[in-house]
Amino acid sequence: MGGTMSTEEYRKPGFAVPPEIAGQVAITSLDKVYNWSRSNSMWPMMFGLACCAIEMICTAASRYDLSRFGMEVMRPSPRQADVMIVSGTVTKKMVPQIVRLYNQMSEPKYVIAMGACACGGGPFKEGYNVVPGIDKYLPVDVYIAGCPPTPQGLLNGLITLQKKIKQETIPTSRWYRKEPVPEIPIPVLGPDLFDPRKIDLIYAETHKSIEMHEDDIATGGETHV
Amino acid sequence: MSEQNPIQPVYLEILSKFGENLRLDDRPNYFGIIAQTEKILEVLTFIKDSLFYDFLSSVTAVDDFPEEKIEIIYHLYQSVGGVGIEIKVFVSREDSQVPSITHLYPGAELQEREIYDLFGVKFIDHPDLRRILLWEGFAGHPLRKDWTEPQYEEPAKPFKSRWPEGKGVLTESLNPYNDNVQYPRKFDPAKFEPDNEQTLYRKLQQKSNDTPNTLHTDQLIVNLGPQHPSTHGVFRMVAALEGETIVDLKPVIGYLHRNHEKIGERNTYLQIMPYTDRLDYLSSMNNSFGYAITIERMMGIQPAIRAEYIRIMMAELTRIASHIWSIGFLLNDLGAYFTPALYAMEERELILDIFEALAGSRMMCNYLRFGGVVRDINEEILKKVSDLVYNRLERKTDELDRYLTDNEIIRSRCEGVGILTSEQAIAYSVTGPLLRSSGVPYDIRRADPYGIYDQLEFDICTRQHGDVYDRYLIRLDEIRQSLRILKQVLTQIPEGPVMNGKVQYNVRVPAGEMYGRVEGPRGELGFYVVSDGKPNPKRFHVRAPSFVNITSLAEMCRGAKIADAVTILGSVDIVLGEVDR
Repeated sequence: MGGTMSTEEYRKPGFAVPPEIAGQVAITSLDKVYNWSRSNSMWPMMFGLACCAIEMICTAASRYDLSRFGMEVMRPSPRQADVMIVSGTVTKKMVPQIVRLYNQMSEPKYVIAMGACACGGGPFKEGYNVVPGIDKYLPVDVYIAGCPPTPQGLLNGLITLQKKIKQETIPTSRWYRKEPVPEIPIPVLGPDLFDPRKIDLIYAETHKSIEMHEDDIATGGETHV
Repeated sequence: MSEQNPIQPVYLEILSKFGENLRLDDRPNYFGIIAQTEKILEVLTFIKDSLFYDFLSSVTAVDDFPEEKIEIIYHLYQSVGGVGIEIKVFVSREDSQVPSITHLYPGAELQEREIYDLFGVKFIDHPDLRRILLWEGFAGHPLRKDWTEPQYEEPAKPFKSRWPEGKGVLTESLNPYNDNVQYPRKFDPAKFEPDNEQTLYRKLQQKSNDTPNTLHTDQLIVNLGPQHPSTHGVFRMVAALEGETIVDLKPVIGYLHRNHEKIGERNTYLQIMPYTDRLDYLSSMNNSFGYAITIERMMGIQPAIRAEYIRIMMAELTRIASHIWSIGFLLNDLGAYFTPALYAMEERELILDIFEALAGSRMMCNYLRFGGVVRDINEEILKKVSDLVYNRLERKTDELDRYLTDNEIIRSRCEGVGILTSEQAIAYSVTGPLLRSSGVPYDIRRADPYGIYDQLEFDICTRQHGDVYDRYLIRLDEIRQSLRILKQVLTQIPEGPVMNGKVQYNVRVPAGEMYGRVEGPRGELGFYVVSDGKPNPKRFHVRAPSFVNITSLAEMCRGAKIADAVTILGSVDIVLGEVDR
């Protein structure tokens, strides 16, 4: 067994281990075994978006050495990955692919928003092709600040995720529910990006009575709402 | 910069040839010749065939709203070096059409598509006029001045909503959808049919059906990317395959289109500086260099002499870091999974340490200012640099050379693959190591010197074959030349201030235009800035080397095997932040 749990923790009070086998048997909860193994072998998806991806590669390289924490196996295939590091600016053109990749990841799956852009749009937030934060679409577990975050920052984020995983329990984790977790609907590239979950809202807003736009018409402005 | 624009003799020659149909751009601080739209092909043919301006550097556009015109601007140079010329045409905003120049200068293909995408100017007879950075069906053309973003606040920064009160309002909360989106009126999302890139696939099929084939075999369309480990980011190639052989290939970009140019029009001149770092994020110092000299030329100021040396020191360190990274990742693409890259990154980390000590950040340095650099380099950092230059990098370059150059697998995978002849390279407006590996000794540091490069000794490396192997070798050569420059800079760097004049937050840039270019690690990085005298530019265009270089990708890949396409892309060495901007 690894060094993350102390001997006292294995031997929870209430489970008396006979003294003659005390050195060979450890008793713990299933949660702890799951969380311990899971948090120490997280495979990130090999998936870079922008500048932050360069720092992610540097983190994986020999100087910062991600493998010290059990995460060196970067997988290009979403089926084999546990954690998606959204490393960079999420653009509207790219977000359908990101959501599709997330849907294809097998559970349990985690998302790290690395850098200011993935957290909330960053310096490019006002851009017309930029999604202000991946959390508009995916459930994010850990946010890492920085533009770009240093490799130490990314390591800290991953360790934070490990700590978070260690808090998981079977009854509350969404991957142990009987019913399957619904897939996230993939955003569509229309006249602008739209989220299929917001169809009714969009319809209502674009079909508002014409009086709402009198100002626009008077100035001959763009027909946007 | 004088009020009277100096008229180059070549302009007089063009004017005397075409007479009435052309006129000089006589606005103060504007350059070039304005041609009539219908005459542009004739003028450019003359310029190319009789005056030998064979290298089209950039095509871009400026929206003159509220005036009813869009300017299309062509920057042309001679591949033997020298000062360039500028040709403009004015088209109306309502029905903007201009003949495509792709058959004269094939390098204009993607740049014209970009203008079509962002300005809505149609290029007649363009081989493949589709949206490039955005997607088919996007509403509007964003770089038109009357097009506003969903989160539009004011025409220029700093926005009143953020300063001086400094109260934070989440801009999304002002939008009815609580997101950064807007839709045309009467848009019904439930009935919407997306294009699903059928336009793109049809274009490919058309192209591939053209090839005569006696035995009918089905063609296969393969998408590489945007999520693919060997596309160096979110790049996508769509290849039509005949067996394993590539019949046609289309690069699909825009997955990292971060609207640098639209945001740049809102920013003040100084606020753009940190954005330039994020263009080509592997060589941020070089990008700032290009932007700084462009604005300095517009303002008519000279940087402090010590700052000139520091700038060149940083630019060359950046070039080494970028080339060494590129070599490492080319090997990754060849299948030598990660080991050579680890060797390369070790050296890059040491260079990044210097940047961090100097500028405070490893990658996004934001170190240059108009008139100098932001802080002085101290003895300790200088010692680090000279240690690296004299004692380590040369040895490590030789080490890479020794391990890789004669490796049998590398030679058999790289030699003769992805050939670009020198004529093709010039025609496709390819720059940087790609152009020089095809045998064209064109380097802006020599052809159109900036900074103090004209006082330094170095050679322009060339190779003759124009294949992947030569592109690898030329990067090694250039690292050695950069080290040579660094040694001179380290011995010659003078004492003195690092800023000329007083440090200004808001610089005044006189109205006018300027096209400034530097030799980045990937090629010619140009900044085309138009000022109307206000605190923020009227137009901020980046002529990104990687973006123009991938115009030649299809040409290099045609006839190659699908596995080689990955290698060829690796040898072009694109950075997506710059391709998509």
